[in-house]
Amino acid sequence: MADALTLEIVTPEMMAFSGVVEEVTIPGTEGEFGVLKGHASLLSSVDIGELSFTQDQKKTRYAVNTGYAEVTASKVTVLVETAERSDLIDVERARRAKERAEEKLAKLPKEDVEFQKSRAALVRALARLNVAGKN
Amino acid sequence: MAALKDIKRKITAFNKTRQITRAMNMVAASKFKAAQTRMENFRPYAVKFMEVLSSLALRVDAKSHPLLAVREAKRIRVICMTSDRGLCGAFNSNLIKATERFIREKSREGREVELIPIGRKARDFFRKKAKTVNPRADVFGKFDINLAVKISDDVIPPFVAGEYDELYLLFNEFANVAVQRPTVVRLFPLPSIGSEKEIGLDKRLNYIYEPSEEILLEKLLPMYVHVLIFRAMLETSAGENGARMVAMDNATRNCEDLIQSLTLKYNKVRQSAITAELMDIVGGTEALAKG
Repeated sequence: MADALTLEIVTPEMMAFSGVVEEVTIPGTEGEFGVLKGHASLLSSVDIGELSFTQDQKKTRYAVNTGYAEVTASKVTVLVETAERSDLIDVERARRAKERAEEKLAKLPKEDVEFQKSRAALVRALARLNVAGKN
Repeated sequence: MAALKDIKRKITAFNKTRQITRAMNMVAASKFKAAQTRMENFRPYAVKFMEVLSSLALRVDAKSHPLLAVREAKRIRVICMTSDRGLCGAFNSNLIKATERFIREKSREGREVELIPIGRKARDFFRKKAKTVNPRADVFGKFDINLAVKISDDVIPPFVAGEYDELYLLFNEFANVAVQRPTVVRLFPLPSIGSEKEIGLDKRLNYIYEPSEEILLEKLLPMYVHVLIFRAMLETSAGENGARMVAMDNATRNCEDLIQSLTLKYNKVRQSAITAELMDIVGGTEALAKG
């Protein structure tokens, strides 16, 4: 059995995080799930939301965008389009994005393509604010 | 005497030009480095992504996905991805030429072609020359994956809705600093994935898939489009700055050559002017002595 769990968060821009952790909580599309070492192999898509892990009893939070996670007994690889650590989130920008999206949503008809885009933007902004707010 | 002054002025002008081109060369070099780092940083993501996608594609009959739907290509769209700024040699003009050729070929085959210009150079060039949709310019100054997502959002829904049948992406593939090759990639219908690469398949056989493989694949395919477009953007950005580095280096060297030959000419003219003056004086004194 594996004796450690390595977590890698990879985004197109960089390796956002790489290290040994005790536990990871991933916002899967089917619901949030936690991973400890020795987990069964799993491939899951990841939704916009909060990803957190503990390292030396300390919890670190990331706001992540869509992607997927590959879990094996000793390693978790998360591929997401963006990942921002909670203390690095630009709250002001997220708030503006939220307002913009809300404004658009109020005006647009539901069938519009723009509506979908704005809703996605709103969800992203809310996730960022949520994660940042827990600091 | 006027000639002497003119030459002097020219030398000064070339000196200034050289300063500018040299500065541009250095700016391009540092931007190039940054772009290259981004390309390197992107590689692990792309590799991992392809691994998972191909292993999924092997397990799922992907033919049914709308992004893989093969239709008779009546209407096609072409993304032409150039840089926003010029002064980078033939970087953009080569690609634009390749795009024009591509469009001509396709129109001759009786296809209806629409163009999606990305980057200011492409937009400006094709504005009046071709039917364009969803142009995007001034994007390469600062861009991230979100831009690739936005472009995908422009192209995916109309394809799924059947508004067009094929999508091609033309961009400059980055080979090295001096060489960028105009390349055509077919985006839609997506080429079949992972037929050759069966590595890691057994490893994944006993995976739990959440949600099901089919739904997972459905989510991953649009991301695959993001990956392809983002890669093209990174290569364009690196190639643009590489090409500018080379172009500005050449320009600097040309300036130096010109300055050198002008300086030579300047000295010659000055010398002959002095000689002529001396001759005058000598002639004058001699005439005085005789008189």
